[in-house]
Parts: sequence; structure tokens; C-alpha cells
Amino acid sequence: MSVLLSVTNLVKSYGTRRAVDGVSFRVLAGQTVGLLGPNGAGKSTVVAMLCGLLRPDAGEILLDGQPVAAGAAAVKRRIGMVPQDLALYEDLSARDNLRLFGALYGLKGGPLAARIEHVLGLVNLQDRARDKPATFSGGMKRRLNIAAALLHEPDLLILDEPTVGVDPQSRNAIFDTLEALQAQGRALIYTSHYMEEVERLADHIVIIDHGKVLADDTPAALHRRLPARAVLRVDLAEPAAEGVLAALRAHAGVTALAQDNATLDIGLVDNADAVPVLGWLQQNGQRPLHFSTARASLEDIFLNLTGRTLRD
Amino acid sequence: MNAFFALVRKDLILYVADRRALLMHLVLPIVIAAFFGSVFGGSAKNGVIDVALVQQDASEVGRRIGAGLQADPNLHVTVMDRAQAAQAVRKGSQAVAVVLPAGFAEAAGSAMFTPAPKPVIELLYDPSQTAVLAMVKGMLTQQVMSVVSAEMFGGPMGRKLTERSLQQVDAGTIADPALRDMLAAVRTYQAQPQQQTQQISANGGEAAPRGLSMPFTTRDQGLSNAPALQGYNPYAHAFSGMGVQFILFMGMNMGIAMLAARRDGIWNRLLAAPVSLALVVLARAVSATIIAFCLLCIVFAVAVLAFGVTVSSVPGFLGIALCFGALTAGFGLLVAAFGKTPEAARGIAMFATLIMVMLGGAWVPTFVFPAWVQQATMIVPTRWAITGLDAVTWRGLGLPAAMPAMAALLGFAALFMALAIWRFQKAPA
Repeated sequence: MSVLLSVTNLVKSYGTRRAVDGVSFRVLAGQTVGLLGPNGAGKSTVVAMLCGLLRPDAGEILLDGQPVAAGAAAVKRRIGMVPQDLALYEDLSARDNLRLFGALYGLKGGPLAARIEHVLGLVNLQDRARDKPATFSGGMKRRLNIAAALLHEPDLLILDEPTVGVDPQSRNAIFDTLEALQAQGRALIYTSHYMEEVERLADHIVIIDHGKVLADDTPAALHRRLPARAVLRVDLAEPAAEGVLAALRAHAGVTALAQDNATLDIGLVDNADAVPVLGWLQQNGQRPLHFSTARASLEDIFLNLTGRTLRD
Repeated sequence: MNAFFALVRKDLILYVADRRALLMHLVLPIVIAAFFGSVFGGSAKNGVIDVALVQQDASEVGRRIGAGLQADPNLHVTVMDRAQAAQAVRKGSQAVAVVLPAGFAEAAGSAMFTPAPKPVIELLYDPSQTAVLAMVKGMLTQQVMSVVSAEMFGGPMGRKLTERSLQQVDAGTIADPALRDMLAAVRTYQAQPQQQTQQISANGGEAAPRGLSMPFTTRDQGLSNAPALQGYNPYAHAFSGMGVQFILFMGMNMGIAMLAARRDGIWNRLLAAPVSLALVVLARAVSATIIAFCLLCIVFAVAVLAFGVTVSSVPGFLGIALCFGALTAGFGLLVAAFGKTPEAARGIAMFATLIMVMLGGAWVPTFVFPAWVQQATMIVPTRWAITGLDAVTWRGLGLPAAMPAMAALLGFAALFMALAIWRFQKAPA
């Protein structure tokens, strides 16, 4: 796949505070890149520079080899932006909102009308086209917000926290839309501090904190970086003795161990290590009442990289 | 251009859909202008002073003085007793109360030619209406001099008082030979038949009653180019003032809405599209100009149709309305560009608007200001809007008279817009 977007050593400061500090990453054609980081990490500043709203202090952004200087109309025409805040006029009908945003990208007449119908269908709002967003639910507004960014068929769609304040059902509807776009081969940049959203969508993940890139890899490669890729939780009939715990720590495949009352959290190199560990516990006089295994999440990856959680 | 028209169209649709804004910017100026126009002389009681008359002098002459006051078209006289009159003035329902004391006419007649004590007319007045007091004094003087002197030169009371005065002079009570001669001449005049004096008057023109009368009359002519029968229409200035004020409020609200859009992110969403900042700002300026222009035209259409205001130059009026629309747009952009938050900007913009409309003569005409203030207000843009609208309405002037105001308004509008764009470019997001 060819490189669609290339970001190199991006720097942006506000006064003495450096909001973005040497950020670099790439987006390939048809790829979905998740920009993950806690609130205030610098994601929205990066997005503003990608969309030409802010001029970087240093660094370079190239879209298909063309620089994205602030205000460059030809490049902006190839980017669709879904901002974190709802960018809709509440007292214009859904169709009039789309008509406005379509016109801003040079669409008019029949082609504009056709695109409006198409994107309304894509976000499942055809029957509400005449209604004003003021009468919509939060999820419907978010979907209309996305539709407005798709009118001009951008090569790259940038979504800045598009599910903020949305109920689970609407979130699923938004994901259905985004997955449909992925299936069409459209490149996406998806920023969020919800790891499960990024994990579901992204082919590639860029983790940002304090304006710096901490990791830039595929989800699988990021998981491989973790010492424990799975966690086995076991509820015992009685708390295990210190001697048993010491022996368990030395067991093959066990990377970490913690006991809270009679519950053991056992870090494993792989899920497959769970069965021999359970067998060892029984052989050593422990009586497991209940157990579960879980794959390590991006939350664990972020924790491993920064020593704090995404929502800190 | 497609994007530009779409942005303008969006603003127009949003404005028309906002019923509260329409009420604020269209209905309120009409209602308040109608009220001010009425208060400042627009009603049938134009310039009439409310006066209470306490008629304690029951003599024929005293009653004639009272009747004379009641017949004066500049006064609206209500007869009441002294206590009622005092209460009415205290409450403000009467501007002045005239207390004509018992025996006033006879005492005034006596005091006319002799050093007899002068009778006193008590005037009770509202302290907030001292100018009205002076006017009532003037009208009262005219009535008393006219009625009392007519009586002294021809009425039975006058003959009686002349005889009595002559007796006092002859008895040596008053030692003034010249006064005796004059009283004798007055007695001779009184003895002449009334018909003869009227005959003499008829030779010179209109028959006149005996006695003193004003030796002149006035011909009042309001100088404006408005049709002679129309003259000054106070509604014209009231509609100019209130129209300008509330349309500036519209401009202020537009600026605050832009600030809110910048805070809410929709501004950035517009700028993420392939349009320039200048285009977005210019589209907002054009839509605001169109809205302001239409509002002023509708306000004046009501003034013309319902309140008899005349527009002497339609091109002049349209030119002023368009230039004032551009000024309103510039003012709104200035608020949006220099305001930090919608909340903070609202207070400052409201203050600036009120100062501009006050100094611009929207509330009261600028000629009531001291001379130096009148000079200083030349730098207030609203002054030019009001002056221009006055010129093409009640002053009855044509397009050339409106052109300086149009040029000034356009100059201010260009300055405001340039400052706003400079500021937007400095801090675009």
C-alpha cells in the first residue's frame, strides 16, 4: 500500500507549553490508524494541524506528497474532518446542514443532492432529513456530523473522538458506518481515549502522551511488547500460603502474580499457559472454585508504557 | 462563489428562523419609536400644556380671563378648586395651576393707573417643568393685560375705577397732575360710543376691541424641505433612532454568535473546508448587511404607512440603509474578533452600543447637546446614520444631502471590518 499521509517531527507550542513534541507517523492508503492517548495528550492539536487549522511550529505533513500548509484548499478538499464538538447548525434541517457543508467543498446541484441522499443513507438518517438536529438524539447528531465529512468523498477521514457522549447503541451504529467506510478502502485516522474503540477499528495504533509518540505499531505487535499477554484470575476456596505463591511465581509461563484474599491474578506469557497452571494449583492442594482468562488490553499496554492509565 | 452564497444563505435562514431575534430587532423598535414619537409631539395633543385653573374671582372680568385661558389652543385648562389643583400638580397630572383670587380683576384694574397694591396670582407648578411655567406665565400675562385693559378702556368696571381714581387725585390723595390728565383723557375715551372706535378700526382693517393688545403677531415656519403640510414629524426621528439602536443590537448578537461558534468548534469545522478565513468572514458581513438593510427598510415601511413619515429621497434612504447595514456588520465582526468569550463580550458590546446610540442622537437629537459634544460626536458612526436618515425623511432633502453620511458610514464599516479580519488572522482558531 502506498503512503497517503506522512507526518514528520511535528512540533506545536502554546506559549511555553509544548503541546506536540516531535510527533511522526504514517497512514497508508486504506489503512485505519488509531491515535490513542489520554485527555490533553496532544491528539486534538495534531488533528488541527492535519486539517490545516493550525500551522505547526516545526515539522512536515505531506498528503500524497503534497504539503498540508494551513489553508491549502486543494489538500483540504481531500480530507474529511469530524470534529470532537458537534459542528452542526441546530436550527437548519439535516439536509440544509449537509447542503451547506457540501457547498463548502464545491458541490452543487444534482451531484450535491445525490451525495446528500447517499451519506444520509450511510448514517441511516434518510427519514430525518427534514428535521433539525435540535430534535435529534446525541447519537444521531454524531452520525450527521460524520455524514457532513463524507459528502465530498475524502481520501482521508479524520475523526476526533467521534463517540463522546454517545449511548452504546448509537456507538455501534457509528462503528457500523466506519466499518462500511473501511470496507470501501477509505483511510481513517481515529482519535480516542477509549482503547476498546481503537482496538476494534485500527490496523495501526499510535499512542501519544504529553505530545510525544510512545508507540507506533500494529495492535498485535503492541501486544507482543507486553510481558504478560494474558491474565488468569482464579478464585480459590482458601487463600494460598506464601510457599505456594513462591513456587507458582517460578512456574513456567507465569510472569506476574498477585493475591487479594482468595483471588489470584496470574500474568501469563500466553493464554495457552492457563491450563498447566490450573493443573499445578490442584496438584499442590489448592481448590479453584472459579477461573477466567483475559487478553491483555491496550489499557495494559499504555500502563506498561507510562505507568498510568489512559483515564488518569 | 458557491461556498460564499451557501454561507450567506445559511445565515439568512438561521436569522429568519429565530423568532425571538425578529421580535427584538423588528417589533421592539417599532413599538418604542411609536411611543417616543407620540411623547415628543406625535399625538393630537402636540405641544398642549395641561393647566389647572382655580377660578376664585367670580366677577365678569375674572370669568373673561378664565375663558381666555381656556380658549388658548396651547393650553388644556381644567377648572378645579385649589386643593384639587395642588394635588393634581403634586401628582404630575397638571403641569401648572393658576389660582385667580377673588377680587383679582378689580384690584388689577386699580393697580393699572394708580399705585394701588398689585393683586397676586398664585402659580403652583411641577418642579420638573420649569420651562412650562415660563410659557404659562407668558400666556397668562397676555390674557390679563388684554382683558383688564379692555375693561379699563371701555367696560363699566373701568369707568367706575377711573372715576374713583380721579376723585382720589382731586382730593389730593394722589398728587400727580400728569396722572389726572391721563385719567381725564381715559374718561373721555370711555365716554365715546363703542361703534365709533370700531368704525375707526375698520378703516385700518379688522375691528378690534378696546384695550391693549399684542402689537404684533408671529408667522411660525418650520424650516425643512419636507412638504409644507407635513412639516416636522417626530415619528421620523424616533424611528431613525430606535431602528439604528435595535439593528446595532442585531450586529452585536451576530458577533456574539460568532464567538460562540468559535468556542463550540463549528468555526473550525468551516475553516477545515477549502475556504479562506476572509471568505467566511466576508460572507458573515454580507449576510449581516442584508439583514440590517431589510430590518431598517421594514421599520421605515411601518413608519411611512402607519405614522405618516415621508421619505423625501428613496435612493438616499436606501443608500443610508445599505451603508448602515455594512456598519452594523463591521461592528458585529469587531465584537467577534476582539471578544474573548461570548459572556464577557456581551457586556462590553452592550455598553458600546448604548454609548454609540446615545451620542449618535438616537434617543434625543444631538442639537440638545452642548456644542463641544456635538463636535465630538462626529466621530460616532451612529451620528452619521441618524443625520442621514433625518436628511431623507423629515428634513425633506435629496440624495446629495445623504451622501456625506453614506461615505462616513462606509468608512467606519471598512475600518471595523479591516480591524476584525486583522485580528481573526492573528488568532484564527
